[in-house]
Amino acid sequence: MAFLKGIAASNGIAMAKAYRLVEPDLSFEKKTIEDSETEVKRFRTALENSVDELKAIQSHAKESLGADKAAIFEAHLLVLSDPELINPIEEKITNEKVNAEAALKETADMFVSMFEQLDNEYMKERAADIRDVTKRVLSHLLGVAMPNPSLIAKEAVVIAADLTPSDTAQLNRQYVKGFATNIGGRTSHSAIMARSLEIPAVVGTKSATDEIKNGDFIIVDGLKGEVHINPTPELVEEYKKTAAAYELQKAEWAKLVNEKTVSKDGHQVELVANIGSPKDVKAVIENGGEGVGLFRTEFLYMGRDQLSSEEEQFAAYKAVLEGLAGKPVVIRTLDIGGDKKLPYLSLPEEMNPFLGVRAIRLCLNEQDIFRTQLRALLRASMYGNLKIMFPMIATLDEFRAAKKIFEEEKAKLLAEGQKVSDRIELGIMVEIPSTAILADQFAKEVDFFSIGTNDLIQYTMAADRMNQRVSYLYQPYSPSILRLVKMVIDAAHAEGKWTGMCGEMAGDETAIPLLLGLGLDEFSMSATSILKARSQIRGLNKADMEKLTQTVLKMQTTSQVIDAVKTATK
Amino acid sequence: MAEKQFKVTSETGIHARPATLLVQTASKFDSDINLEYKDKKVNLKSIMGVMSLGIGQGADITITAEGSDADDALTALEETMRKEGLGE
Repeated sequence: MAFLKGIAASNGIAMAKAYRLVEPDLSFEKKTIEDSETEVKRFRTALENSVDELKAIQSHAKESLGADKAAIFEAHLLVLSDPELINPIEEKITNEKVNAEAALKETADMFVSMFEQLDNEYMKERAADIRDVTKRVLSHLLGVAMPNPSLIAKEAVVIAADLTPSDTAQLNRQYVKGFATNIGGRTSHSAIMARSLEIPAVVGTKSATDEIKNGDFIIVDGLKGEVHINPTPELVEEYKKTAAAYELQKAEWAKLVNEKTVSKDGHQVELVANIGSPKDVKAVIENGGEGVGLFRTEFLYMGRDQLSSEEEQFAAYKAVLEGLAGKPVVIRTLDIGGDKKLPYLSLPEEMNPFLGVRAIRLCLNEQDIFRTQLRALLRASMYGNLKIMFPMIATLDEFRAAKKIFEEEKAKLLAEGQKVSDRIELGIMVEIPSTAILADQFAKEVDFFSIGTNDLIQYTMAADRMNQRVSYLYQPYSPSILRLVKMVIDAAHAEGKWTGMCGEMAGDETAIPLLLGLGLDEFSMSATSILKARSQIRGLNKADMEKLTQTVLKMQTTSQVIDAVKTATK
Repeated sequence: MAEKQFKVTSETGIHARPATLLVQTASKFDSDINLEYKDKKVNLKSIMGVMSLGIGQGADITITAEGSDADDALTALEETMRKEGLGE
């Protein structure tokens, strides 16, 4: 048996056989063939099998991703029946007497390079489609299976280098018991998805795909961040006990669904959820969320080929507000740029996209997009308790400019006779150190702060959070970060305002005692973390945690802070 | 041979979904169907052909059909163009 250490990304224990979501070896030799007729037949059979497989994937994707996103497979299917692609391949087999693999690869490569040379993002993506489709046909010619998440039809642990958003969306929860990946951290997409799907996961194992073969028996320990390959029967027995104990604990937590979040000494805080689409509302309610602390609106803009209309946005916001039935819902305006790009919005390439035109900077430049979103939000405000926050605010001038546009759109709607709530709170994300440092001045004008720790840490430490080699600098418990958090909370309280936190840190077991001590008002996290956090806070004394934070704020290193928290909360 | 001209009115031109729909419609017919744009002519049953033209808003395009069901094909394609708000 072997053992891999990774990062615990999603709680729980999973035990099942491995399903490798890894591209198989598709190498082949170019050969001269005698019987081209048989070879063409072989090619056609591979095409038919590919079509059948794609249709299965497509119908599954329609259910799990929605018709919009499944449309990509429609394009793939058309490529498979495209005479401009198929005919030249068959001609090549017949005329040049080469094997189907070579004819397919050479013809497809020609198209791919033709499309890639076009100066158009959209066409470049089509090159990727052709490459995808070619691989699938090639896999059938070579008789190796091309894995796909939607083809998993028995209990499995998925092993992959990394999981893309479309991979995770297609994972069938009935069969996929857990997953382990080579790369990623607690805040990477795959980790966030695992928590929202409630699938145990370990990420960042570095070598899962090298060490694990299809069919190996795997234990994914999402509590400790360990992956066991073909474990001994003794270890399996031990894990069965751990899993059962964890289930019991979850059942205990479930009793807290309708409870308030109050510390032992009677201090109440709010536990709310981060969501990415109206579909997530159900999980918020089921997990006892007291509201939504961060509704990321990017889904309305990404993975599509044009801007979403005001009506479409209005419907999405209204659905969430109504779903939360009067509980607070904080909606973040468009946070695009940086790592997230939109194919239909041609933005200049930037040397440093994370320090470039993103989020509010983009919205203030492209005001049409921003105004459409604000109008949709304003109209939806009548259906619940809406709060709006602007991302990536660095200066008060930016907040004032955004607020002015908000007021203009509000006045226009009122003049049109539309109803708009008159108690919409306007707040900002605190992600940039300049804003944290000047929080006392911001607090006079904003209604609330929400600290976005993922970015605040990256900008404070000057460490790209996508770069594995500097991932050691992602240190939420660093005294420097804690001091910034304290400045923001104190500044808000001095003006009678509230502060929330919507980064991963807000749901983190080690951070929660500190944040409680610092006086954080609202903790926004993955819905599935809420009950555990509530149980933890109910066991803590706020007064003790205040004393703890006073000590740690004077400490020198992150490891000292972690030790102090462990000792104080034992 | 049947022939019809269109002006593309959709903001994003003939991209992803619209291109898919046109090719799907064209593929239902036996006739040879071509799409002409700026002196370039491609098979309208070929998704890669259609997309390689990069047709944007305001483009003038011509669809031609030749074969036993040429007229029906053009009617169906016109219907698709109109229904999807692609052009007129």
